[in-house]
Parts: sequence; structure tokens; C-alpha cells
Amino acid sequence: MERFKVGDTVKVRIDSPSGHYRTPIYIQGMTGVIESVCGRFKNPEKLAYGHDGYPLETLYTVEFIQRDLWPDYTGNIADKLLIDIYEHWLNTINEG
Amino acid sequence: MLAVDGVISDMGAIMRGVHDRGGLPDDTPINREEHEMMDWELRVDAMHAVLGNKGLRSTDQMRRVIESIPKDQYEQMTYYERWAFALETLVTENELLSAEEIDQKMSDIVGN
Repeated sequence: MERFKVGDTVKVRIDSPSGHYRTPIYIQGMTGVIESVCGRFKNPEKLAYGHDGYPLETLYTVEFIQRDLWPDYTGNIADKLLIDIYEHWLNTINEG
Repeated sequence: MLAVDGVISDMGAIMRGVHDRGGLPDDTPINREEHEMMDWELRVDAMHAVLGNKGLRSTDQMRRVIESIPKDQYEQMTYYERWAFALETLVTENELLSAEEIDQKMSDIVGN
């Protein structure tokens, strides 16, 4: 069962574990909204070491306001960035 | 809070991976010109495909190895040099080949 649903506000975990992970630094620590639930997939952090990738991890498309991400962003104030992020990289707002 | 490379946050030090370029300031335009692939690059690409088809390497494994290349070496290497490095690392990890076997074959080729 996925932890978040469409419309939930989430905050991206700040971390730089050794090995391979798919959460770029520019999005870490930022607050966004769940745009869609993509499904459950093998965990690339485990696949990266030749493991089977289980347990499956829920992947979400999360939307962020571009102006929140880039202080000198000059595009439309409504512009958004959509990025796919795995569940273990997302916290609730209260979790910080 | 914006995550900034090297800044100590309440969650620890943030280390930007050498490959993680999003948002880095750079005034150099991206080179969009096509170029002919060299013969050795095509061979690396072919090895990459064969090892993948045989289940002996995956994209995530390639990324893990390439992203672990020390920054000074990473910046010096071309795209297919990084692939060649990753393939060698993975086939030795898998014990498909030993580093000695690869070195021996390389010196045989150079010797001819």
C-alpha cells in the first residue's frame, strides 16, 4: 500500500548515500505535491549492486514550482517541474 | 530549505555526486554537434549490449560504477571511456574475467 496519495504535500529527503540513487541534489529538501502514483518498481539502489531489487518501491511523480527550485528563474510563475521520486526519499511536511 | 553542496544541514553533510549536474552554474553552451563514433567506441557499445543481453550487467550497475569514479578522473574521461571502465569493473566483480586476464589481453593486442 502506498504511503502517499495524489495531492499530498511531501518534502524530499536530504541524503547522499554511497552507491547509486536517483534523487538529484537540486530537488533534495524541497517541498512538492504528489502528481501521480506511477506504481511499484524494483529498487534501483539495490539493482545497482546486482541484487534482485526487492522489496518493490513505490514511485511517484512529484510536482514542484520552478521558482521554488531556482532562485533566479525568470519563466512563468506557474511553471512546474515534474520529477519521479521513490517513496523512501519522501517525507511528510511534519517529518521535516 | 535548498540543499547546497557541502553545506552541513540538520540531516548531515550533502555530497554532490560527480554526475549530478542539475543547477550547476555553467555558461558554456552544450555541444549539440553529431560526431562519428570511433571503432573502439562502437566495440564498447557492442560489449555493453552483449553483456546486458546475457544478464551480466544492468543499467543501474553501470550507473553505480560510473558515479563512483573519482571526480578528477571522471572529468578527464570521455563518455565511452567511462563505459569501458564500468564494464571492466563489472566483469571483474562478476568474476567473468580477472583484471590479470584483461591486462594480459591488452598487452597481447598492443604487442601485435
